[in-house]
Amino acid sequence: MGKEVKATEEQIAYAKLLDKGMKTGLLALIVTFFVYLTGILSPHVPVNDLPKYWSMPVKEYLLATNIHTGWSWLGMVSKGDFLNFIGIAFLAGVTILCYMRILPIFFRKKDSVYGIIAVIEILVLVLAASGILRAGGH
Amino acid sequence: MKMVSRTSKIRNRNARMRNLAAFISLLCVLLLFLSFVFASAGPATAPASPGPSTPWWVWPLVLFVVTFVLGILAVLGGVGGGVLFVPIIGGFFPFHIDFVRGAGLLVALSGALAAGPGLLKKGMADLRLALPVAVIASACAIVGAMLGLALPAKVVNTALGATILGIVAIMLIAKKSEYPEVKQADALSTALRINGIYHEASTGQNINWKIHRTPQGLVTFILIGVMAGMFGLGAGWANVPVLNLMMGAPLKVSVATSKFLLSITDTSAAWIYVNNGAVLPMMVVPSIIGIMLGSIVGVKILAKTKPAAIRSIVIIMLLFAGLRALLKGLGIWN
Repeated sequence: MGKEVKATEEQIAYAKLLDKGMKTGLLALIVTFFVYLTGILSPHVPVNDLPKYWSMPVKEYLLATNIHTGWSWLGMVSKGDFLNFIGIAFLAGVTILCYMRILPIFFRKKDSVYGIIAVIEILVLVLAASGILRAGGH
Repeated sequence: MKMVSRTSKIRNRNARMRNLAAFISLLCVLLLFLSFVFASAGPATAPASPGPSTPWWVWPLVLFVVTFVLGILAVLGGVGGGVLFVPIIGGFFPFHIDFVRGAGLLVALSGALAAGPGLLKKGMADLRLALPVAVIASACAIVGAMLGLALPAKVVNTALGATILGIVAIMLIAKKSEYPEVKQADALSTALRINGIYHEASTGQNINWKIHRTPQGLVTFILIGVMAGMFGLGAGWANVPVLNLMMGAPLKVSVATSKFLLSITDTSAAWIYVNNGAVLPMMVVPSIIGIMLGSIVGVKILAKTKPAAIRSIVIIMLLFAGLRALLKGLGIWN
């Protein structure tokens, strides 16, 4: 019979932050969606017009609704629909925070290979999140 | 006498639970079928547009109901929510495939984020195994997401259909190995110290594990990452066989690490979809809430009994949705 196995320090640290971040992100998503649905903040794209747009390719939708790509949504968070991006961005960003949390643990343990892997991963995720990478049109 | 009566009661209770689970599953399938009928009821010439009399809120509501059902079926069928979401919603709903893939990635990401903490704390998901794989998969998922958004919808639908049919084949023929035999760890995994011990609750034993064929496994994750980003499917269907059968990680470690891995791979791809405008909150939020609530109900049903037929139903659904995507992409069934 084996004893319960304990996860490593970095694994526990990652898990704890991920747990908090995921719950915060989900809560933000639900609250902001409630604001959107109830019309407390008027949306950029009126909800009645949505069926006109959601069947379009994304490029056409962006042109038709005059929405810009990248982080431009930050300037539109006062609109009910764009407010939802706070929760979405939080959920998409929590992994970066978790990596930042375990980075010093790896270097303190002199596990430099995993420290470097974590740095590379942070750079990859930050690049993805930066908005620099634009997909070509179709 | 009392003992016999108690055994008989337990047997009756189990039979009742099995019947209940079968009933709920049947109800789910029926509900799903009705939703498809409803979703396909738009004008034949423009299936991507609802009828003029359909109020806007009907679609998010139907989406919520369908994703709730998908959440239940995904748990009972042992598949990820994303792999059901993209072909089914993309095939039978009026939303463009760009937005479906964006929502699919966020659905898969949310599920992985929710499961991650528990799997890591229990030591089932392994950080040392996940981190090197994640760098490759997440970088390639960016490439996949950009490719997916750049390609015409017909090409994406055709490739998606072919991929879904491939997943069906994997589900039908791939074997699983609880504890694969790894005679000797390879040099790379030894250098990275990718090994561990996990506690097998069913036997009460601690299982030592190590892996082999690490370079081959890492190369395979290039393709998995690209596909995860391109189709927004999540990639558990590919992660698990590679971690388990190719690299030799125990099945439970492979499943748990795969789920955790999705939280990293899908993060990078999700950002590309968010930054390129392919995320509609009116689609994303009902889908995430629906599939999460469905998963919770699914886990409760699964705890009581596991209706074997559900996996077959899920495979048939995937087969149908895969064919739909393929024929849609080829312009045969629009």
